[in-house]
Amino acid sequence: MKADLILRIGTKLLLPFILLFALYVQFHGDYGAGGGFQAGVISAGMVILIGITFGLETAQRVAPKTLVEFMVPLGVLIYAGTGIAGMLAGKNFLDYSVFSSFAPKGRERGILFVELGVLVTVSSTMIALFYAFVERGRPQ
Amino acid sequence: MILLTLMAIVVIAIVTQRSLFGVVILSGAYSFLMASVLIVYDAVDVAMTEASVGAGVSTVVLLGTLALVKTREARADARQPLALFVALVVGAALVWGTLQLPSFGTADAVIHRHVAPYYLQNVVPQTNVPNVVTAVLADYRGYDTLGETTVIFTAGIGVMLLLRGAWRRAQRNRKDA
Amino acid sequence: MKAIQTFIDHYNYFITIFLMVAGLYVVIARGNMVKKLIGLSIFQTSVYLLYIAPGKIIGGTAPIIDPAFKVYSNPLPHVLILTAIVVGVATLALGLALVVRINEAYGTIEEDEIFRQDGGK
Repeated sequence: MKADLILRIGTKLLLPFILLFALYVQFHGDYGAGGGFQAGVISAGMVILIGITFGLETAQRVAPKTLVEFMVPLGVLIYAGTGIAGMLAGKNFLDYSVFSSFAPKGRERGILFVELGVLVTVSSTMIALFYAFVERGRPQ
Repeated sequence: MILLTLMAIVVIAIVTQRSLFGVVILSGAYSFLMASVLIVYDAVDVAMTEASVGAGVSTVVLLGTLALVKTREARADARQPLALFVALVVGAALVWGTLQLPSFGTADAVIHRHVAPYYLQNVVPQTNVPNVVTAVLADYRGYDTLGETTVIFTAGIGVMLLLRGAWRRAQRNRKDA
Repeated sequence: MKAIQTFIDHYNYFITIFLMVAGLYVVIARGNMVKKLIGLSIFQTSVYLLYIAPGKIIGGTAPIIDPAFKVYSNPLPHVLILTAIVVGVATLALGLALVVRINEAYGTIEEDEIFRQDGGK
């Protein structure tokens, strides 16, 4: 499956910026629009774009299937683990004030960890959906 | 207002369009219009999500499905009058209920009096995060978001089970036969 | 005059209701399953509007705290809908996966055709 030349070069030019934008949205989500959900979908969009222009095999070299499938539960575990860390420190489940001696600072950090968990699950789930639908279409 | 009217037009097109490819592309356009409307409503985070999810991922998934199924819709059957009747009755009931709602954009509506002022006043001193939506999402309503993440996880696992496991089984059967 | 004012004040709700009703109509009237799912998602997006629109305050700004602004729109509906959108696409994908499997089992995604093959009415 060979795509049009302009499409291929254009995609290559765009890819790093998409990833950068996803990271910006993720880590700047505290101060501007964005957060784990959006960043997850944008970074998944990068892999999907690779898959559409260069074919599924290239996309799976960038994001191997085993890695993606490992990341789906990993994100939920990061999220729940953040909650349990609060419990281990003697506070309630999902109480982030334990991450720092100064409670608001700790809650800020907790929000970052949680958003990371959301990012991991959302992006890997979206990529896994794409893989599942595309692979279904090509019997080997 | 214009954007909303455009959305209504796109939806009419979606309802009448018979080619499923057309429907999918129109629903992508619909999602972008929805994102613009959400920006007008000050919901920047939601607009961003809608633009990337609604217009991006769901279009891709729909196209992935269309690659696997027939893309032409059959002619509609006799259920149409009944459906129209149900839709009109529901619509009339909803309009009747809406007339009592406060006007659009009033600052003293009930919705703005209860929890929202608390969040707006306390979010920076309590969590150090100026984006209220992020703070409420991840901190005040952390349980909710944990649940949502789990739902996404479950749906992903479900799709993988539906689309991958059976394929392997079919291949095994073919090998046996 | 008052009627016109009421109409303008509630115009966004009327459009929302129209979208909702159109989605409902598609879900009931169309036998094609992909179309049904798209109708369902139109219904769903109209609910997003129904939640977000009352949160808007005219003259307000997006709920990102900054000393330069005093009036913010209500952040709570934004939070609720944000997660709903992502969950919506996940469930849409699940539904489409079911449609793909149905298509493999029956060779069609038209509801009537499937009923006929099952020997039903």
